Formats: sequence, C-alpha cells, structure tokens
Amino acid sequence: MVACTRCTRAWPLGTPECGRCGAKLVSRDEHSLQKVWALWVVGLMCYVPANVYPMLKTKQLFTVDESTIIGGAVELAHHGAFGIAAIILVASVVIPLGKFWAVAFLAVSVRQRGGFTSHRRLLMYEVVEYIGRWSMIDIFVVAILSALVQLKGLATISPGPAAFFFALSVIFTMLSAQAFDPRMIWDAQDNDNEAPDHG
Amino acid sequence: MFREDGISRGPLEGLIVCPVCDATYQLQRPKNGERAVCTRCHKVLIAPRRKAGMQIIAVAVAVVVLITAASVFPFLEISAAGRSNAVSIIDAALSFTQGPMLVLALMTAGFILFVPLVRMLLTLYVLIPVVLDRPPARHAIRAFRWAEAMRPWSMAEIFALGCAVALVKVAGLATVSFGPAFWMFGALVVLVIVHDSFLCKWSVWNSLEHPKER
Ligand SMILES: [Zn+2]
Ligand SMILES: [Zn+2]
Repeated sequence: MVACTRCTRAWPLGTPECGRCGAKLVSRDEHSLQKVWALWVVGLMCYVPANVYPMLKTKQLFTVDESTIIGGAVELAHHGAFGIAAIILVASVVIPLGKFWAVAFLAVSVRQRGGFTSHRRLLMYEVVEYIGRWSMIDIFVVAILSALVQLKGLATISPGPAAFFFALSVIFTMLSAQAFDPRMIWDAQDNDNEAPDHG
Repeated sequence: MFREDGISRGPLEGLIVCPVCDATYQLQRPKNGERAVCTRCHKVLIAPRRKAGMQIIAVAVAVVVLITAASVFPFLEISAAGRSNAVSIIDAALSFTQGPMLVLALMTAGFILFVPLVRMLLTLYVLIPVVLDRPPARHAIRAFRWAEAMRPWSMAEIFALGCAVALVKVAGLATVSFGPAFWMFGALVVLVIVHDSFLCKWSVWNSLEHPKER
C-alpha cells in the first residue's frame, strides 16, 4: 500500500499517481535527501554574500552610508531602537542560521539512530517550516524604505546587492525544507523499535 | 459505486494515511466542529466546519477586493522639510529596478500581491461549484493543488510586520503616517488567517472525488 501525502488517500502499491488529487505517489522519495542537501548548499552559498555586501544605501545631503544586515541592526541599537534591532537580527541572522543547522541536523538524523525522539525532531521540522518564511521581512523592509524614502536632495534610500542574495537564500532554504519528507523521521524510529502498523 | 477510471471503492478507500508520519487509520468522519487528529504525530487530519464552504467563499471574495484596493492606495506617507512622498504597495514592490534587482521586484510583488490574490481566486473557482452542489469545475483538482502549493509563499502578514519595522527605521529621519492601504492590509492579514483555518483540505479533496455525497 502506498499513501498520497497530499490528500491522505491510500492506494494499492505500485499505483503511479493519486486518483483523487493527481500527486505522484512514492512510498519514500529516495531523492528527497539529495534535493534537501542540494538546495541547502545553494541557500548557504547565497547567505554569505548577503551578509558581506551592503543591504541599504542611504544618501543624505552630502553623505552616502552603506550598511550591511548586521551593520544596520547595530546602528538601530545605537539609536535606542532595541526592539526593531532585535527583530532584524532574529529574522536575518538567528532564523537563517538556525534553519541551516536544523535542516542539516534532520537530514543527518534520519540516517542514524538515537539522540532526539521522533516527536522532538518533528517539532523541529514544523518550527523550521513555519518560521523560515519570516526571514523575508528584511527584504520587505528594504523594499518599503527604498520606495518611501525618495526625498530629492534630502535623503534617498536604495537597495544594495545583499537584498538580492538574501532573498535567494530564503527561497532556497524554504525549498530545501519543503523537499524534506517528514515520514523519514518516523522510519528512523521504526528501525529502532518495532514499528506500529504503517504502510 | 464505481469510478469512471474503473477503480472500485475497495477497502483502501476506507483508510486515511497521515501525510506526516504514515500512520494509517480507518476513516471515520468527525462531526462538524470536531477534529480527527493523528494520534502518533498530532497532525490534524480532518476538521470539517458547518457551512465552512460559504464562509470561506465570503472571506476569499473580501480578500480579493482588499488586495486590489490595498495595492493602489498609499500605505505609508513620509514628509520632511516640506517634501513628502506617499507610496502604494505596487511602488514598494517595484522599488527594486536596477539590473538583477528587477527579479527581486517581481518576487516581492509576487509574494505580497500576486500569490495571495491567485490563491483566493483558485479557492473560489474550486469551492463555488462544490458549495452549490454542482459537479466540480474543470481542472478543479489542479487548481486546488496549486492553491495549496502556494500557501507558504503567500507573505502578506510578513509584509505587514515589515511596514511596522520600516516605520520605526524612518521615524528619526522624517515624519511618517499610515495611509488607507495600511489598514486594509491589516484586515487582509486577519482574513487570510481565517481562510486558512476554516479550510479543511481533506473535505475539499473528498468532495472533489465524490461530488454528490456531501
Ligand atoms: Zn492524493
Ligand atoms: Zn501522523
């Protein structure tokens, strides 16, 4: 028996696609982990330039100020906006790094036994899936600021190259997390102790 | 009862398999307002609601109207030393215009306007015939599949928080005020959440498979 992960319908083993929703049916996607790792690496590669290049260019009268993601957050903290600095730091640094670590951990852990229980790992997966999108907030802030602060001769803000790489990094890590098949979490456990009824 | 493609409603049809952990259950439809939850991983499998179809349609129509309105009205207005600038969401999305930034512009516009809008239109397309007890619309299955695939890429609520962050960032530089679109956007975020929590995927798939027996 093989199950459709999209609409929960069960079909006889060997059915190529779900008769209800048209999804391709695979008992376990063998390429799932390869996809996860490939997208993970691309995401990480985009994350490096996203932190090196400037995110925002602020022109005020005679000065041009270029700030990176972390630089911008530090500047905000200097001006006393600790809450906003924290949001930016969490969304742009803590969440992406945590996500890289969590996806890598999950991908490694389905191959080996022991350590975390399945429930802890599933919780981790759900958190990653839910929270990853929120990293996009910094891109939207840059977009809003660039459109809004266009006061000729007074101040103008424009986006830097980091915005491009950061957006790509978020997209690739989201795809990487989506490629992960959570059913593998339970397979690893089933190998440890006798499986409950499953197909 | 036989389906057109010759697959009979065998014993497998009475099963439901958790997509997260592969646990298999005998299908027992919960009453309206109740939920069927996977005992192994706690994933909600079925959560039907009374008259959910009609409510979702109403919410989706409201979202379509709000997105259209919110995209043209200004949502933030800035003024400093006699100069002022009001921007709409379209302006914000199109602020990335140089070189590769254009790709970013299209992505931003997609995440905040296009994806939420298309998702709601697809939902309407799928649900209206179902609620009216008509046979499913052509390609309804593909339409619903796309609507579900788009769910994580609909980022209206993230954009709303982004507005608040931008407001604080600029506060030292100039005076900023909210335009009408900001409030529309606030309402929109709530409506999208309501839409997602009312929609029971299993019920939709089931009614697309067996249109008559709801
Ligand atoms: Zn299916
Ligand atoms: Zn489950």
